[in-house]
Amino acid sequence: MSAFFILIGFSILVAAVFLAAFLWSVKKGQFDDDYTPSIRMLFDEPEKTESNSTKTINQ
Amino acid sequence: MLLNENNLCNYYNLDKNPGLKAKGKFISDRFAYLDDETTKQKLVQFSSDEQVNITFSIPQMHCSSCIYLLENLHRIEPGVKQSQVNFQKKEIFIIYNPTETTLRKVVELLAFIGYEPHISLKDMDVKKTPAFNRKQIYKIGVAGFCFSNIMMLSFPEYLSSGIINEAGLKETFSWIIFGLSLPVLFFSAADFFVSAWKGLRQKFLNIDAPIALAIIVTFARSYYEIITGSGAGYLDSGSGIVFFMLIGRWFQNKTYDSFSFERDYLSYFPLGVTILKNGVETNIPVTQLQKLNRIIIRNEEMIPADAILVKGTANIDYSFVSGENIPVEKNKGELVYAGGKQVGGAIELEVIKEVSQSYITQLWNNDIFGKKKNTEKSFIHPWSRYFTYILFCIALVTAIVWYFIDVSKIFPAVTAVLIVACPCSLLLSATFTYGNMLRIFGRNKLYLKNASVIESLAKINTIIFDKTGTLTQSHSAEVNYKGLPLSQNEMAIIKTISKQSSHPLSKLIASSMPHITNETVTLKQFKEFTGNGLEAVAGNTYVKMGSSAFVKETNPLLMHGSGSAVHVVMDEVLMGTFSIQNQYRSGIKEMIKNLNRKGIEMYVLSGDNDLEKENLQLIFGNNANMIFNQSPQQKLDFIKSLQHLPNSAVKNKNKSVLMIGDGLNDAGALMQSDIGIAVSENSSQFTPASDAILDSSKVHLLDKFLSFAKAGKKIVTASFILSILYNFVGLSFAVQGLLSPMVAAILMPASSISIVLFVSLYSSFIARKKGL
Repeated sequence: MSAFFILIGFSILVAAVFLAAFLWSVKKGQFDDDYTPSIRMLFDEPEKTESNSTKTINQ
Repeated sequence: MLLNENNLCNYYNLDKNPGLKAKGKFISDRFAYLDDETTKQKLVQFSSDEQVNITFSIPQMHCSSCIYLLENLHRIEPGVKQSQVNFQKKEIFIIYNPTETTLRKVVELLAFIGYEPHISLKDMDVKKTPAFNRKQIYKIGVAGFCFSNIMMLSFPEYLSSGIINEAGLKETFSWIIFGLSLPVLFFSAADFFVSAWKGLRQKFLNIDAPIALAIIVTFARSYYEIITGSGAGYLDSGSGIVFFMLIGRWFQNKTYDSFSFERDYLSYFPLGVTILKNGVETNIPVTQLQKLNRIIIRNEEMIPADAILVKGTANIDYSFVSGENIPVEKNKGELVYAGGKQVGGAIELEVIKEVSQSYITQLWNNDIFGKKKNTEKSFIHPWSRYFTYILFCIALVTAIVWYFIDVSKIFPAVTAVLIVACPCSLLLSATFTYGNMLRIFGRNKLYLKNASVIESLAKINTIIFDKTGTLTQSHSAEVNYKGLPLSQNEMAIIKTISKQSSHPLSKLIASSMPHITNETVTLKQFKEFTGNGLEAVAGNTYVKMGSSAFVKETNPLLMHGSGSAVHVVMDEVLMGTFSIQNQYRSGIKEMIKNLNRKGIEMYVLSGDNDLEKENLQLIFGNNANMIFNQSPQQKLDFIKSLQHLPNSAVKNKNKSVLMIGDGLNDAGALMQSDIGIAVSENSSQFTPASDAILDSSKVHLLDKFLSFAKAGKKIVTASFILSILYNFVGLSFAVQGLLSPMVAAILMPASSISIVLFVSLYSSFIARKKGL
């Protein structure tokens, strides 16, 4: 049963790691804006070579 | 154009309504003041030789395309290294390289693509601190972590009913729980102690006092039990309560990041101004403007200080100050007031008063702007006081009873009473009800400053309306024609002539005939008599349009009365008259009727003349209280005098006044009233300081907002009764000295969660019933 002591120590350690991760993410501002990033990821990266076709379509 | 050159055209693929296009009126040295080193220093957050960081507020941001365009600034201007948008705060964070571009160029670029940043004098004085309260989230995180682990480690205790065979295991659990509870007590719950202590020092028992007491008793007794080895304590329910209450607070304190409720005149005024010194134009910050400076104001620019016109013809649009949107003509030597906007060519002015001493800004020197509004103590506070007294009585009775039966049970029974009767369900019911109501109001585009506004809103018995911009739509009007029937050709002539003028009435007439094509008309000898009318020869017809004094005719068909009139004379014959009336917002009449039925007193307080009186009477009834020609100061004084009048319906109670208005001229009145609601045509626009901001399309919902706020109090009361029932059950265990940690651990979270669910569902249900 003494395995309990080790396991409990581990479980709290793991939970503490998650807490630390949470606090870190708050500090880094990951929860400051929960809207813009969801839009940002939808934008395509610009094509490296400028193709004329896109230009004409958009004009 | 610019966007195309830089291959940013897929911007337009993204959204069918890409919205605001580049604004044409771009004046090259409007931002010249940004080259000034001291101004720059105050605006930027960080600057080195290679990198400058700055955050701008961009109220025009409104769709996903805006994000795309703004985050791709570096493709238009290579000097910009990075640009990142926070859409909810309507802010953009820009990093640029000062060797490749300048602050002024960046701002000019933003303005050119239609996102002119709002740079105010206020930003210059105070460095912005992040409004987002991260510390609160840390506290919730820590409390959540500790609570869940304590709960997990308490399970063996519950399930084995206190008998754990393994040697040392029980003690280990207890001590780990002990360690985990310390951050909850000293970090997460700290706010409750601070607020309770502050209240006690002012001899006021606020709602945090009984909470702080309950937390202290819970933790102290638990620590005692753990240290003496006599029991497991109630740390699981204690930390759970702290966690729930913190969540409640966070839920209630939702803020509208993109709005500012505390604005003064500095936010409205331009930062820079062009002055003329020895014949040379230079740009200086407005704060350095002095008396006798010569300043140049161009088209669409705002006058920063009271001044005398020295050169040019001024056509001042005071809509910002008075709500009246027809420009006033001023001649050389006449006084122009700060806050007006020049329409037309550049003018030269001599400043006679400093910015802070000008007519419009003087209002802010009034005491009312210096002090914070007395926020009335919420009705929850007296409740919590009674609650505390009753609790002490029960504890005392319990102690006395046990003294006669079994002295050793006094301590456990009394502490159990204090633990289980935690007033947290009282607190939770109010925080979650108001939090949810704030969201419902927000969904209907009424943005409240904070939750205590809801309670004040429920008490309102007098409403004061501003006319222009609040009851009427500020930029549209109803145009009616009365007179001889006009042929297609004649209408085309009128439209063509009207189009030549920038006078608001001409513009309205022209836009009232969208179906007329006017390609065939050629004008000869067009002449505008400012403030009077227009004269032109169209084809072979000699046309005069304007005021009756100008055309020297009066229209017998036109009823004498409201609105402005433009008479049309063709070849010396009066054809007819366009009457232009302010258009009232739809649904207003209905709303007034409902408010009347509820016995709410109403007043109309307008800075404008009384031409609209008859129309207003149609809406408000003949006995309506209407006061016209009010200066901003008079408006403020009027509200002050009303607030000291006793309420006619309820005796011994003063009037609780709600002011609803839009312009800067209402600013004092909004501040003085118990609740000031600023109406905004466009929620990104800047509004005067107020308790709430209401989108102008929702003005007609005012009666519903009021009755919903009143219902809020009922919801809170109902949930109080529910929480008292829970307390009753808990207390009946506690007074008998039977409160086991397991009963506490089940009862306390269960009561909290069910109350949260009850108030959220109930308030949403009421809102739906009221049509919000």
